[in-house]
Amino acid sequence: MEIDYRSVGLRVGLEIHQQLDTSTKLFCSCPTKLAPEGVRYFEVSRILWLGKSELGEIDPAAAYEIGRGRRIIYRVPEGYTCLVELDEEPPHDLNREALVVALSIAKALNAIPVEEVYVMRKVVVDGSNTSGFQRTAIVALGGYVEDEEGVVGIQTIALEEDAARKIEEGPDYVVYNLDRLGIPLIEISTAPDIRTPEQALRVAYRIGLIMRLSGRVKRGIGTIRQDLNISIAGGERIEIKGVDKLELIPKVIKYEVLRQLSLLKIRDELTRRGLRPEDIPEDFVDVTEVFANTSSRLVRTSLERGLRVYALPLPGFKGILGTEVCPGRRFGSELADYAKAWGGVGGIIHSDELPAYGISERETLKLFEVLGLSRERDAYALVVGDPERARRALRAVVDRLRYAFVGVPKETRGANPDGTTRYLRPQPGAARMYPETDIRPVRVDEGILKEVERIRVPKVEELLKTLVEEHKVSRELAQQLIRDPVLHTYLDLVEDLRGVVEPQVIATTLLVHLKSLRREGVEVDRIDYSTLAKVLEAVGRRVIAKEAVPEVLRAVAEGLSLEEAVGRFRTLSLEEVERVIDEVIKASAEAIKARGRDRAIGFVMGKVMAVLRGRADGALVNALVRKKLEELLG
Amino acid sequence: MVSVKPGDLVRVVKGGLVVEGIVMPSTEFTSRGYIVLKLRNGYNIGLSLEGASVEVLSEGYLRLPTYEGIYGTSVIRGDGGLRVSFISTGGTIVSKVEYETGAVRPALRADELVEFVPEFREFCSELMVSELMRKLSENMTPEDWSRISEEVGKHLASGVDGVVVAHGTDTMAYTAAALAFSLRGLGNPVILVGAQRSSDRPSTDALYNLKACPIVVKEAPFAEVVVAMHGTSDDLYVLVHRGVRVRKMHSSRRDTFQSINDLPLAKVFPKERVLKVVNSRYLPRTRNRDVVVMSRFSNRVVLLKYYPAMDCNLIDYLVDRGYRGVVIEGTGLGHVRDECIPSIERASEAGVVVAMSTQTIFGRVDLDVYTTGRKLLKAGVVPVDDMLPEVAFVKLSWLLGNFPHEEPEQLKSLLLTNFAYEIGGTQSYELFPRWFHGD
Repeated sequence: MEIDYRSVGLRVGLEIHQQLDTSTKLFCSCPTKLAPEGVRYFEVSRILWLGKSELGEIDPAAAYEIGRGRRIIYRVPEGYTCLVELDEEPPHDLNREALVVALSIAKALNAIPVEEVYVMRKVVVDGSNTSGFQRTAIVALGGYVEDEEGVVGIQTIALEEDAARKIEEGPDYVVYNLDRLGIPLIEISTAPDIRTPEQALRVAYRIGLIMRLSGRVKRGIGTIRQDLNISIAGGERIEIKGVDKLELIPKVIKYEVLRQLSLLKIRDELTRRGLRPEDIPEDFVDVTEVFANTSSRLVRTSLERGLRVYALPLPGFKGILGTEVCPGRRFGSELADYAKAWGGVGGIIHSDELPAYGISERETLKLFEVLGLSRERDAYALVVGDPERARRALRAVVDRLRYAFVGVPKETRGANPDGTTRYLRPQPGAARMYPETDIRPVRVDEGILKEVERIRVPKVEELLKTLVEEHKVSRELAQQLIRDPVLHTYLDLVEDLRGVVEPQVIATTLLVHLKSLRREGVEVDRIDYSTLAKVLEAVGRRVIAKEAVPEVLRAVAEGLSLEEAVGRFRTLSLEEVERVIDEVIKASAEAIKARGRDRAIGFVMGKVMAVLRGRADGALVNALVRKKLEELLG
Repeated sequence: MVSVKPGDLVRVVKGGLVVEGIVMPSTEFTSRGYIVLKLRNGYNIGLSLEGASVEVLSEGYLRLPTYEGIYGTSVIRGDGGLRVSFISTGGTIVSKVEYETGAVRPALRADELVEFVPEFREFCSELMVSELMRKLSENMTPEDWSRISEEVGKHLASGVDGVVVAHGTDTMAYTAAALAFSLRGLGNPVILVGAQRSSDRPSTDALYNLKACPIVVKEAPFAEVVVAMHGTSDDLYVLVHRGVRVRKMHSSRRDTFQSINDLPLAKVFPKERVLKVVNSRYLPRTRNRDVVVMSRFSNRVVLLKYYPAMDCNLIDYLVDRGYRGVVIEGTGLGHVRDECIPSIERASEAGVVVAMSTQTIFGRVDLDVYTTGRKLLKAGVVPVDDMLPEVAFVKLSWLLGNFPHEEPEQLKSLLLTNFAYEIGGTQSYELFPRWFHGD
C-alpha cells in the first residue's frame, strides 16, 4: 500500500546512540572492549528496589518484577570491570577524552556546547545498570543536519554510559555481563522534523557518517543503535527502540504508520458497531474443561504442567482481533504483546484465528457455546497460564481493548528484525532524572575546547576527495559511495584490508556486484562481513581474479562453503591457462585455419574465456592466444 | 542583569542558544558566576550569565523543599508481636537525594521507613520511631556516644524487645563498641544498621540491612550490641557482627563491615526471613529490662598509630597536656622503636595508662617474644591481646569516664577484663581472610 506521508502528517525524530572508541570507560579506567569468550568471571547476585510512592511513574510490569524480588545476576569478567561497574565504588571523574570526542562530533553537527556539564541519573530498573540508574549528561544543544527535503534540527547531544549486556533471562531472574556497562555512548536526538521514511534513512546515515568521520567511534555490530519517535496526525508519538540496521529504518516507519492508521480504523469500526468500552467484561471464564481431550499439543502440555485455560468473551468483536495492523501482524498480536508483558504468559489465542494450534473446529465452537457467544457476531480471547499470571494477562488485554475505542496508545515499542515492532512498556512520564551527586560538574573551558579543535571531523566533500585521490576509486563510484549506507562497510573493508586489495575492487564489489546479485534474486544478506573480507583478501593475494568475485559470492550465498567457492574459482597457473588454450586450438584447428589469423583471435578468445572466465586475467589470455595463433598460423 | 533565584523559571539567550529551564540551587562545585538550569527534559546544564540575556518567566516556579527540624517520636502499630524502638542518628541510611533538586535530605520519616521495610509492620505490634540527631558519623564524638547510650537505655528500660539504631558507617564500629560497654546487663539486642548506598538508589543496600533488623529482634538468642550489614557484595544475606569485634574494612563496598579475630554472631537471610547463628559464644538473651547505663566517656584518651618516623616527643606532649590514656597501634606483635620507650616509661610514671594494640589488625599482641616487647612491658605498657585498636581506645575512654579515680594498675586490669567478648578469643585458622592471589 502506498502512503502519502505528507497527508497523514508523519513526523519522525531520531535518537542515535553510538559507542565512542575511547581508551577507557566513561567513569572508570576499565577498557572499552567486550570480554571474549573464556575470560574468567565471577557472579554477583542483586535485587533492585523502588519506593512505592515512585512506582506510579515507572513501568508497572517492571515494578511487579521488582516487588517480587527478581534476581539480577551480574557476570563480572576479570580485566573488563572494576568496583565501579559493580556499584561498589563511586564513579570517577567524567572521562575527558569521551567529552572531547562528543564535543567534536557536536561541532560537526553545528551544535553549541553547554558551558558546564552536569551528570544526571536516569532511573532504569531492569537491572541493566547495577546502580539502578543510567548516568547521562547533555554536552551540547542546538545544531542541525542538512538534507535534500529540508534541514533537520538536532535538539540535544548527550554523553552517557552504555548498559550491561543481557545474557539470558528467566521468569524470576536475569543475567547480565558487566563488560559493556560504562562504555561511553554519544546520544544524538533530532527534532521531529523528518517527514518521510527515506528522509529518516538519509538523516540517520548522515549523522552516522559524521560520527564515523571523526575517527573516534567504535564500529561493528551493536556499536550503533537507532531509536525512532514516530507520529501521525490523529495518532500518537510512539517510541521505537533498538533499530540496529540503518536499512530497516524506512520499513519500520512505514509499518508504524500502517499500524497507527489501522488502529484508527479499528476505532472507527468499533464505534460504527455501536460497541462501548464497558461492554468488555472484566470477568474471565475458566474453560479448561473444553480441552479435556484436546489434540492440541500446545494446550495439552500446558495442562500437564498444571496450567489452566481462561477465556475472555468479547461480544460484538468478530473480525476485530483478526484485522491486520501491518504486514505479518494482526490486532490480536498487539493484544498478545500486552498479555506477555504484563502477565508473563506466552501470548493469547483468539477466535478469529481458530481453528489453529491444533485446537479443533469442535473445540472452537464449543467455546462459543460455553461462553454464550455467537460465532457470527462475537469473539473471544484465550490465555493459558496459572491463575495469577492469566489474571494479569487478561486484565492487560481488557485495558488494551478498551483503549482501542480511543485510538493509538502511547507506547514504547521494540523493533523486530523484519521491520515490525512489538509492545515493550508504556512510555515513562516526565523523565525520572536527578543529579549524580558523586561526580563533580565539568566546566567546558578553553583547554577542553582546544582539544576539541584538534579532532577535525572531515566534511563529506573531503571524504569524496579522499576516495578519489587516495583510494583511487573512480569519481562516479565515489559519488555513489558517499550517498550509500554501504559506505560504512566500504570504509571498514578498506581499513581491514589496507595494502592487500585495491579500494576500487572493494567499491565495485559492494556497489556493483552485490547489487546486481541482489537484483538477480541471490540472497546476498547471507554473505556476512567476514566472508566478504575473506573473498576480497583472496583477490588481493591473487588466489582468485577480481572478475571471479561475483561468482564466488553467488556460490557462497547459495550455500557453498567459502573454501569450496574460492577453490572453484581459483586463478589458474600459467601452464593451466596454456593447456586450456592449446586444447581449444587443437579442437578447433580447422575452423581457425578457415577464418585466418585476424578473425580467429576473437573466435578463439570467445571459446577460451567461456572456460576461463573469472579464473585468469583477460589481458594475459589475450596475449597468450595471439602468441599461439602466431605460432600456428605464422 | 536580572537577578535569578533557585526555583525561578527563566529563559536564557546567549549566542545562538535559547534555553528555558528552572534555576537549581548550585552545588559546591558550580563555577562562580554560573547557574544550574534544569531543562524541560530533566537534564541539568551549567551556564555562565556573562553576556547572556535572562528573562524570568515565572518567579518561584518550583517550590524548593525546606527541611524541618528533628522529627519527634511517632508510634506505628503493626500486626506482629514485637515492640521495637528505631532511633535515627543520621548517615547514608537515612539520606535521600531529592529527585527534583538533587538536594540531599538527611532524614528518613517514620512513614517512609515502614513503606521501605514493610516487615517492621509485620513483625511489630508497636514500632517507636524517633530521630535523636542528624549527624554524619564522621562528626560523632564521645559526647554523642553518651547521648545515644542514654536514649537506647531509656527505650530498653521501657520494655521493648530490641532497639535499632540507624547510624553512619564511618564510625559505626566505634559507637557499637561504646554502647557495648555503656549498656550493662543488656537483656535484648541493640542493632546498629547503616548503608553504603543511599536509599534513593534502586541499588541501595539499606533495604536488605533494614529488613534484617526485625528478624534479629525476633529471632536472636543473644543480647549484645551488634552491627547488621551486608555479608557479601550480593543481596543475599546480612551479617550480624558483635559490636566490639567489627571493623569497616573497605571505603566503599557493601560488605565493608567484617568481624575481625572473631566470627560474626549470625547470618540473616531477609528474603527467607531466617536467622542462622554462626557463633556459639555470645551473651545470652535474658529479656532483662533493668539495664544499667554507664554512659560517660573520657575525652582524655588518644589512639596513636606508630610509624617509623614518629617523634617520640609526641608521647611526652600528650602526658604534658593531661591525657590519661594512650592506645598505641604498634607494629607487628606490638612494637615501637627503642628510642620511644623512655617516653612511655615517663608516661606510666605520670599515671597515664599506655596500652599496646597492633596495626596489623589481625592477630594478637605479644610483648614476650622480642626484647623490644619485654622492654615495653617493663615500661608499664599493657598489651591488649586480640582487642581491636579502636575497641581498646573506646574501652579505655569508657573506663576513664566511669572510674576516673581508679589507680592506673586497676584500670589496666579492667582493660584486660572481658566485658563483651571484646578480648581473649580463640584465633582459629579460618579467621584470617583468604586473599586473591591471581589464580
